[in-house]
Amino acid sequence: MINATDIINLSLIGSTIRLATPLILAAIGGLYSERAGIINIALEGIMLSGAFTGAAIAAKTGSPWLGLIAALLAGLAVALVHAVACIKYRADQVVIGTAINILFLGVPALFSKAFFGSSGSTPQLEIEQRLPNFLIYIAFLIVPFTYFVLFYTRFGLRLRMVGESPEAADTGGVNVEKMRYMAVLISGLLAAAAGAYLAIGQNSLFTRNMTAGRGYIALAALILGNWHPVKTLLACLFFGLAEAISIRMQGVVDIPNQFIQMVPYILTMIVLAGFIGRVHPPKAIGQPYVKERR
Amino acid sequence: MQRIVDALLFPLLAVVSAFLVGAVIVLLVGDNPIRVYEIFFASAFGTVDGISYTLFYATPLICTGLAVAIAFRCGLLNIGAEGQLIIAAFAAAWVGFTLDTSKWLVIPLCMIAAIVAGGIWGGIPGLLKARFGSHEVINTIMMNFIAVGIVSYFTQYYYRLPGDPILQTKPIVEQAHIPRMNAILAPLGIDFPAWLPLNLGFVIAIIACVVVYVFLWKTKWGYELRAVGVNPSAAEYGGINVSRSIVIAMCLSGALAGLVGINEVLGYRYRYYDGFSAGYGFTGIAVALLGRNHPLGIFLAAILFGSLVRGGLFINIFSDRVSKDLVVVLQAIIILFVACEAFFSFLQKPSTGGKS
Repeated sequence: MINATDIINLSLIGSTIRLATPLILAAIGGLYSERAGIINIALEGIMLSGAFTGAAIAAKTGSPWLGLIAALLAGLAVALVHAVACIKYRADQVVIGTAINILFLGVPALFSKAFFGSSGSTPQLEIEQRLPNFLIYIAFLIVPFTYFVLFYTRFGLRLRMVGESPEAADTGGVNVEKMRYMAVLISGLLAAAAGAYLAIGQNSLFTRNMTAGRGYIALAALILGNWHPVKTLLACLFFGLAEAISIRMQGVVDIPNQFIQMVPYILTMIVLAGFIGRVHPPKAIGQPYVKERR
Repeated sequence: MQRIVDALLFPLLAVVSAFLVGAVIVLLVGDNPIRVYEIFFASAFGTVDGISYTLFYATPLICTGLAVAIAFRCGLLNIGAEGQLIIAAFAAAWVGFTLDTSKWLVIPLCMIAAIVAGGIWGGIPGLLKARFGSHEVINTIMMNFIAVGIVSYFTQYYYRLPGDPILQTKPIVEQAHIPRMNAILAPLGIDFPAWLPLNLGFVIAIIACVVVYVFLWKTKWGYELRAVGVNPSAAEYGGINVSRSIVIAMCLSGALAGLVGINEVLGYRYRYYDGFSAGYGFTGIAVALLGRNHPLGIFLAAILFGSLVRGGLFINIFSDRVSKDLVVVLQAIIILFVACEAFFSFLQKPSTGGKS
C-alpha cells in the first residue's frame, strides 16, 4: 500500500520548481515576442539550439559558463533568423517557427556525429562542470522584472503598443520594426537559457530531442497565462507540478503516465475554447507590419 | 507559359538555395558536398530499387502534403497531420487485428477506419476554430501530443503481444494486407521485385492527388473552401458558410493525413509500430509549401523529399562525418526559403504598379 505522502511531500515542491524553471524562462521569452506581435512557435527549436550549443561547448572547454554564453549566442542567432524572416521578409510566422523547430531536430544530431562521433548526444560532463542553480533564481526574478518592464516603463508601453496596434505606435513615433527585433531577440536569449539549464544545469549532457515538447508547453503556459507574466508563471508552476507528480508516480501507482503528461495539452485546448475565462491575445499578433508610404 | 515558369521558379530557387546552404554545412562538418549529393541522388534515382524506394518514401509525404495544402487553401495551418496520421494508423491496425473476415471486407474497413479516424482528429480543431474561434495552430500542436499519448497507452497496455520488447501492437490478420507493387504489376506482364515495399498505398496517394484537384477546382465546396482561404469576410458577405468550410477543410485534411496509415500499416509493417512516423506530418508542411499547395507540385515535391530520405540512409553508411539528419536540416532550410519568397524579390522585374 502506498501513502499519498509518498507522492505529495516537501521535496515535491523542490522538484516542481526545478522542472518549472525551463518552462518559465521559455514562456517569459515567448511573452516578449508575442506581446510585440510576433508569434514564437520557435521556442522549442531555440531551446534545443541553446541546449545543444551549451552542452557541446561545456564539453569541449570544460567550462559551463562558456557553455552558457555560447548557448545564449546561439539563441540570439536563431532568434535573429526568425526575426529577419518574419519582420523583414514578412513570412508566415508560424511556418518560420515550425521550420526552425524542424531545423534543430536535425542540426544537433548532424553536428554531434561529426564532432563527438555520437548519434545525437554530447559527452557526459562531470558533476562539478554543471551550472550552479542560479538560473532558477533568474527564472523567478525575471517574472516580477518583466511585469515591471511591461507595465511601468516606456519600453514596455511601446512593446505592448507595437503588438496591439502597430499603426498607432508608428504614428506615435515608435520604430515598430526595431521594437519587434528587440522583442524576438530577448525571447531568443531566454529560450536558449532555458535550453542550457536543461542540458548543463539539470542534466549533464545533451540528448536527442531532449526538450521533448517543453517549448510547446511553455507556449501553452503563455496562452493559459493570457500573455501576463504572473499568470504565466502560475501556469508554468502548474505544469511543473504535473511533470513532478508524473515522474514520482512512475512504477509506484498504476495510473498510466501518458494521461498525466497530456494534462497541459488538454487544459490548453479547453482554455482556448473559452470554457475557462477568456483569452486575449495581442491584437496584432501574427500580422506583419507594412509601413504606409505617402 | 509565363505561369508555369513563375510556378516553378521560386520553388526551384528555394531548393537550390537550400542545397547550397546544405553544402556549406557539409563542409563545416568536414565532408565533400559534391560527394555527399552524388551519393544522395545516385542511391535515390540510380537503380530500379532506388527509384521504387524513393516512391515508397514519397507516398506518406504525398498524403501529408495534400493534407497540409487543403487546409492552407482554406487559410488554415494544420500542424497536426502528425497526430492525425498516428491516430489513423492505429485505427487501421485495430480493425486489422480485431476483424478476422474476408479480405473484401476487412481491407475496405481498415481503410475507412484510417480515413475516418484521421478526419475526426483533424475535424476537432476545425470545429473548435469554427465554433469558438480558437486558433487551429495551437490546437493541432496540442492534439499531436495527445495522439501520441493515447496511442502509446493503448499499445502498451492492451494490444502489445506479451513479452514483446518493442512498443508495437500485435500483427493485423493476413487478409488485411494490401498488395505490393509486384502483385499489382504482374497481371500487366511487368516483372517487379517482390521484396520492394512499394504498395497499393502509392496508387491510393496518386488517386488522392486527382481527387483533391477535382474537389478544389471543380466542385462547389472546393470553390467555397478556396474563397474562404482568400478572404473569409468577403466569402461570408458573398453568402458562403465560413464555419462549414473550415470544418470541411480540417476534416479532409485529417482524412488525407490518415491515408499514411494505409500505406504504413496495411502495406508495409502489418501492425502499428509506435514512433513509425519520421515526422511525416511536419515534412508535409515543407512538401505543401514547395509544391505551392497544388496536387501536381505536391507530387513532385514529395518525390524530391522521398529521394532525400532514401539518400539519407546511404549517407549514414558511406560517410563518417555526415548523418541522415542532413535531410531534416535540408527540409527545414527549404521551408525557410519558400516561406521567405520576398528574399528572392531582387530577381523580379520591377513592379509596374498595377497587376500585370
